Amino acid sequence: MHVYELNHETQEELEKIQNNLLLEVKNLSLTIERFGKGWTRERLYVIRDFHLKIHHGEVVAIVGASGSGKSLLADAILGIHPKNSIVDGMIKYENELLTEKRRKRLRGNDILLIPQMTNALDPLMKVGKQVKTLMKQNNHQKAVKQIFQKVGLDPDVYDQIPSACSGGMIRKIFIAMALASEAKLIIADEPTNGLDYESIDEMLFQIKMLEKDNKGVIMITHDLEAAMKVADKIAVFYAGETVEVVDKKHLKKGGKFRHPYSRALWNALPQNGFIAIDSTQPSATEKLTGCSFAKQCPKATKKCKIEKPLLKEISHDEMVRCFYAGM
Amino acid sequence: MKNQYLSIDFDSTNYKRRILWKIIGLVCLFLLVALSGFWIGEEQIEANMGEKHLSPSLDHPFGTDWLGRDMFFRTLLGLHLSWKVGLFAAVISTVIALTLSLLSSINKFFDSLVTMLIDLFLSIPHLVALILIAFVLGGGVKGIVIGIAFTHWPSLTRVLRAEILQIKSSEYVHISKKLGKSRMWIIRHHYLPQLAPQLFVGFILLFPHAILHESAITFLGFGLSPEQPAIGIILSEAMKYLTMGMWWLVVFPGLSLFGMVVIFDALGNNLRKLLNPN
Amino acid sequence: MQLLNIGKFILLRTLKFAILLFAVVLFSFILVSFSPVDPIQSYLGAEMMVVSEEQKERLAEYFGVDESKTQQFLNWLNMFLHGDLGTSLLYRQEVIAVIQERFLASFVLMAISWIISGIFGYALGVIAGMNKGTMIDKAIKSFCFILASTPAFWIGILLLIVFSLWLGWFPIGLSLPIGMLAEEVTVWDWLKHIILPALTLSIIGVSNITLHTRQKVMDVLESEFIRFARSKGEEGFRLFARHGLRNTLFPAISVHFASFGELFGGAILAEQVFSYPGLGQAIVQAGMNSDVPLLLGIVVFSTLFVFIGNLLADLLYYLIDVRMKNGETI
Repeated sequence: MHVYELNHETQEELEKIQNNLLLEVKNLSLTIERFGKGWTRERLYVIRDFHLKIHHGEVVAIVGASGSGKSLLADAILGIHPKNSIVDGMIKYENELLTEKRRKRLRGNDILLIPQMTNALDPLMKVGKQVKTLMKQNNHQKAVKQIFQKVGLDPDVYDQIPSACSGGMIRKIFIAMALASEAKLIIADEPTNGLDYESIDEMLFQIKMLEKDNKGVIMITHDLEAAMKVADKIAVFYAGETVEVVDKKHLKKGGKFRHPYSRALWNALPQNGFIAIDSTQPSATEKLTGCSFAKQCPKATKKCKIEKPLLKEISHDEMVRCFYAGM
Repeated sequence: MKNQYLSIDFDSTNYKRRILWKIIGLVCLFLLVALSGFWIGEEQIEANMGEKHLSPSLDHPFGTDWLGRDMFFRTLLGLHLSWKVGLFAAVISTVIALTLSLLSSINKFFDSLVTMLIDLFLSIPHLVALILIAFVLGGGVKGIVIGIAFTHWPSLTRVLRAEILQIKSSEYVHISKKLGKSRMWIIRHHYLPQLAPQLFVGFILLFPHAILHESAITFLGFGLSPEQPAIGIILSEAMKYLTMGMWWLVVFPGLSLFGMVVIFDALGNNLRKLLNPN
Repeated sequence: MQLLNIGKFILLRTLKFAILLFAVVLFSFILVSFSPVDPIQSYLGAEMMVVSEEQKERLAEYFGVDESKTQQFLNWLNMFLHGDLGTSLLYRQEVIAVIQERFLASFVLMAISWIISGIFGYALGVIAGMNKGTMIDKAIKSFCFILASTPAFWIGILLLIVFSLWLGWFPIGLSLPIGMLAEEVTVWDWLKHIILPALTLSIIGVSNITLHTRQKVMDVLESEFIRFARSKGEEGFRLFARHGLRNTLFPAISVHFASFGELFGGAILAEQVFSYPGLGQAIVQAGMNSDVPLLLGIVVFSTLFVFIGNLLADLLYYLIDVRMKNGETI
């Protein structure tokens, strides 16, 4: 892992960071257009304004409430979003624009999804074979079995089909897939969802393992606590927008989250007082004018309701979308 | 926010209204065909040796046959018979289905009895059972109606049985039972109102099958005498005159029958959408 | 262990079928015994006038007319259990022999049609399902609904008009050319007579399997594992071949096996249109000529036929199920 020297960046170091950039997402939006009854059309603004940066060998967590369209985020980056949706914005992979053609080439090779649902494996195909298809080198079977051992699976699982595996095993198989592939970027969709406390720690350890493999990991989760444990950076997702990106070092040094929504999430954690938050989010059908969080925000002023705050850069990697950030 | 709901509401009534119009249109179309049968007298389909083997024209839109009978009116009479057979068969089938499904709700024994009966009737090919029943009843419209009625109830019975099972386990039926309401009371006040849409849609959707099977069994020569204008008989007679190139004897009656089946099919499906949007 | 379970499954099914078959036999017999048809009269036909009373009595004894209905049924059941279905009045031949001969012809017809409609139906279903909502999908769906609303025998007659009358490619009627001995018939002659009925039967069978496959393909494509496969860069035909095929093919085959009843019914109509001498034609003639033993024989046989289809369908599902539970691959 490399360490940023944020305070006195030289031109050379800036370049180095730039070169190490794996994925950069700017102004990403995903709109689903669907026909209502009759001839009416309905637009769902699932993702409105999303920003993200991730470097090689880095874990970035995207934290947001359940059902806020986080899974579609992964689809949009991979370019496998539903046919009736429109994706707009700029995505760069290794400093090069990610075109449709390039995406096709990268899917499964450079970028790999770890799905949320345990029913994501082909129910009629051997587990081992499904892992094997991701490998480039020869002598697959042996290699796959070695990887299975590495993630704590019995090598015999190779010949089983998914229905014979428990949910925990399937999540390990997903990790094995990530290790088996030569993907540089792993997008893990809710990897800890539905796991018990112990398994969560095991899963986070395995995500760290991917990181040590110099892979970049985007971890999409609703679990801020898990995100705090494993991520280098945390991007907070609200109403389809990135509202804050914070470096964990800032938090470790005793710093606080800067956005009111992130703070509310933080305060809702058991160890921080368990203060429940109003979890309602603006409906995806709404077109927002002011700040998306204005209705729930304790600090909202008139300005927040009229003017949409832009995502301000605080330091090289940190951003926040609030007029009164950090106050 | 409120407006949005309003607009959805408006849309769904609009949607329902469009379906309603479709249904009205289909019913009108059906009535046009069905009622015309009542007006056709013997004289319209009388043999007229002066007008044999005529291909379709303005005077005889469906042409005439080897006896000079007007095929348009014969076809209309055939369709008239079709929907009447369909009606009788569908009514009997629906009554059987309702009775059996209610019977199956009494207890496990009756339920397995009904299931066995369903299995029994599904294990003989439809047409074979039809031939057997039509044969036993010695022909006539009666044999066909009973034959079709007694072979078409199983699928509807299955649907109704599943529906009743669901209603039976619902809270309000339990409460009614605890209040000491009789079985008949529960059937009248809980089952029947809930089953009514299913029953009606099922009833209408029996028609297409009944009509197709009526034409098949009359085509095979069971039941009706050759003079009777049933679509099946018209088509089987027409086959004898195929080599003379009288294609219109086959094409128009068949197309008309197809049309009638489609009308009932569309009617049933639109009713389903209207009464039970799922 | 596996084999034992499958054996048990088949045995259980067969046992259930035996009960069902008994019910069918009983049911058919009760129906027939209430029939107004007089077996002696139908046996003798026009000869009724010239046959002496004495001979009639002897026949009555042979048919057991004077015995009670129960006794008649027991007699018949006893014969049936010994594999004797009686003698066909129409063909003056053992019912079993008639069925054997006729079924062979029908079997060839049905087998060809079953395979053709299976292949085409599955392919059309896959194409429609993979192109959900497009013009192709709508066209295929409409085609199926039209087929389902069309009288099966009418399709046959239309094919007859087009291919036999207008184009003159095939003969009209009769399975074998008149005046030819069976040995002289070439494969080509035989083919000429089976193509149109087989085509008719295939067309009728396509609709069901297509609509089922279409739904199944759509379900599979919306499943999580297809999304995952797509995220791994698989797409198009390769994606379907690797993940869709196995997950839709077995259910489709199973459904197709379960359609033996419709197949048999369709064969009756197709054989009637094309004068194809199969079991379907035999049952129509048996019904028209009051040949009760043959009619009952074919009823029982068709039940057996449908049972075998359903058994195969269930067996396939059972096998998939067992393998899935045991965590083995197919």
